[in-house]
Amino acid sequence: MSLSGAWYLGLAAIVFTIGAVGLLVRRNVLIMFMCIELMLNAANLTFVTFSRMLNDIGGQALVFFVLVVAAAEVVVGLGIVVTNYRRRATTVADDLDSLKG
Amino acid sequence: MLHALLLASTSATAPDVIVFAASAVVILMGALGVVTSSNPVHAALSLVMTLFGVAVLFIEQEADFLAAVQIIVYAGAIVVLFLFVIMFLGVDRAEDITTEPLVGQRPLAYVFAAITLGSLIAMGVTAHWVTGAHQVVGPIQGHVTKNPSSPSGEPAQLGKQLFTTYLFAFEATAALLVIAVVGAVVLARRPPSVHTDQEDVNESELSA
Repeated sequence: MSLSGAWYLGLAAIVFTIGAVGLLVRRNVLIMFMCIELMLNAANLTFVTFSRMLNDIGGQALVFFVLVVAAAEVVVGLGIVVTNYRRRATTVADDLDSLKG
Repeated sequence: MLHALLLASTSATAPDVIVFAASAVVILMGALGVVTSSNPVHAALSLVMTLFGVAVLFIEQEADFLAAVQIIVYAGAIVVLFLFVIMFLGVDRAEDITTEPLVGQRPLAYVFAAITLGSLIAMGVTAHWVTGAHQVVGPIQGHVTKNPSSPSGEPAQLGKQLFTTYLFAFEATAALLVIAVVGAVVLARRPPSVHTDQEDVNESELSA
């Protein structure tokens, strides 16, 4: 048996916050994607922790779906990054301002 | 209430505490590395560190199958895809992250982070976690094998639920993956009719 679930939930909250700050502060699109992965992982950790606390396998099943959606999101997102890099030769989010008036 | 929650588990042994502390240090170092490293390759490797730490915590919480999937899918596929794109585009250089392009954004981001963390922890402390609805889907039978002839344990339970309760969602993820693959192929291929300036330059260089 492991530690109380509150430790895991606190750790997941901290990791989620770090990911959110990275998403807001960083400019590189690739690193912004990695920060989204951090936030998804924090949510996964929360799901597994609640699954153990409530003794319900449903939380782990949800983690499985989150993994699949994260994989699909990364594939499409990186495809967009590569396509955009071909046109503009940049991965900096601030340079994508062609819709600015 | 928080004290009661933190000390609620009486069965935690010293190895459990050590494993959790070590994993937490690894996870937090990796997460901070992703946010603070100026080189995208270093950020991707820090992300691997975090993912391994989370996988260890999955094992610690008896989610063995998910720990294996976490390492295979995340560290094996997603981070490799990140590294491939970084190397493919040639953006594996250190960038300047000390300058702040949008003045006042970083302080606002830190305020937002404090609000997020504070409200998450406040929610965890004050919420009534015991809903009375235990085992909506099904119990985790863990490593208890009552009937040796029938498969049991956490992967068997998870598979059973995925193919019964969550069958529709499972089929939907299959469709989602196909759509993602088709979308990636469509994004990656160049339309043959459109010639960009870059292509013309390359062709003239080749013919010269």
